[in-house]
Amino acid sequence: MTDLFSKFDPLIEMRANLLASGVEDPFNLVMEKVLSPTVAICNGRETILLGTYNYMGMTFDPDVIEAGKEALDDFGSGTTGSRVLNGTYAGHRAVEDALKDFYGMDHAMVFSTGYQANLGIISTVAGKGDYIVLDIDSHASIWDGCKMGDAEVVPFRHNDIEAMEKRLKRIPAGAGKLVVLEGVYSMLGDIAPLKEMIRIAKENGAMVLVDEAHSMGFIGPNGRGVAEEQGVLDDVDFVIGTFSKSVGTVGGFCVSNHPKFEILRLVCRPYVFTASLPPSVVHTAATSIRKLMHAGNKRAHLWENSRTLHKGLRDKGFQLGTEEPQSAIISVIMPDLERGAAMWEALLHEGLYVNLARPPATPANMTLLRCSLCAEHTAEQVQTIIGMFERAGKRAAII
Amino acid sequence: MDRAETAAKIAALIEPFNKKGVAISDATTFAGDLEFDSLTVMDFVAAIEDDFDIIISMNQQAEIENYGQLIDAVVKLQG
Repeated sequence: MTDLFSKFDPLIEMRANLLASGVEDPFNLVMEKVLSPTVAICNGRETILLGTYNYMGMTFDPDVIEAGKEALDDFGSGTTGSRVLNGTYAGHRAVEDALKDFYGMDHAMVFSTGYQANLGIISTVAGKGDYIVLDIDSHASIWDGCKMGDAEVVPFRHNDIEAMEKRLKRIPAGAGKLVVLEGVYSMLGDIAPLKEMIRIAKENGAMVLVDEAHSMGFIGPNGRGVAEEQGVLDDVDFVIGTFSKSVGTVGGFCVSNHPKFEILRLVCRPYVFTASLPPSVVHTAATSIRKLMHAGNKRAHLWENSRTLHKGLRDKGFQLGTEEPQSAIISVIMPDLERGAAMWEALLHEGLYVNLARPPATPANMTLLRCSLCAEHTAEQVQTIIGMFERAGKRAAII
Repeated sequence: MDRAETAAKIAALIEPFNKKGVAISDATTFAGDLEFDSLTVMDFVAAIEDDFDIIISMNQQAEIENYGQLIDAVVKLQG
């Protein structure tokens, strides 16, 4: 008998070698107690959270929590059904209405996760004979959406406008085209030149999907994302987003002005063949989204945190993913996985949690310590974080 | 462009990507013999696409494992 698991042997070995060096397992951390959006007890230590994507700190907002508790009492713990059968409650409609208001768009469709939103929309909208043109650094959910559908998949070099244009122009006349972009790329925290890319996509007759998972709530005048910031949101056919970052719960969505959009509810399999979100989740999400529409002060503080951390780490001699802070993600580039893991552990012992990102999730096989800031991090916490990085960086011989 | 002409052009294009100087025949595999990772594949494919003004979609790339198959595919894609 062939052991079907033998294909995982190289990864099993790499993991064993890493743990044999005595490092704490970076992929097996337990949050024993969560004290606030920015502090938790992790593996027995009080730890500042700097790797949660909880950008706007909505997870402990009293109005959000109250909405969830009420929904648990009024609607029960779960829907036990698909959105198209018994799984659409008042709260699902309410959160879709909140999204339409937030983005100023005609249609909103809520999925059980952000992953499923990309999986469902991409695989359904682009079919056999159509072409998907996408950035090579796209998120796994975008790639999986491509793999699940029947369209021809054509990648181009990260953020390379000319490479994208060349590929669009080579697509056979008459074929349907979908350009898939992200507002913020989560590994390095860099943004896309959406203004130029979307203009070129439109000139070449393509529809455009933009994943704004890492920008919602704090990029753009109304927090609608990078496309809004660059003044091209009206040219985006589909915005994909998530509730598991700024909104502070779980779920995914697509908003659109396409006149036929609602038909997707019947033909999109990752929407139809799964249970809908629990009532408590959609009520917390709806409350959070409406509060994010008026969160100007929190946004300003989040940007201040991002700028302070970026400058602080660069001044200490760390190599960062972007020259300037472009989002709420500051990515610190590590020389290799072993030293990255050692640095990650040294930070954890200092009382700081960041994400250790490694190939194949990272571009160019980099090992990254990815920091995501929160609007609830105080200015003092950010200074504390910079000090922790300095001490850990010296101990791990990174700086 | 016939197969020999296409093969000659591709031989020139692959040179900068063949860092270990592997002797290439039609049976040479990209993942195994040449040890191309996904980024190298993307850059190499882009070089061919730009030179021949064609698209080799990922769906088509999945069918191409060795050098000979690549030449055949590029001959076919030129129509």
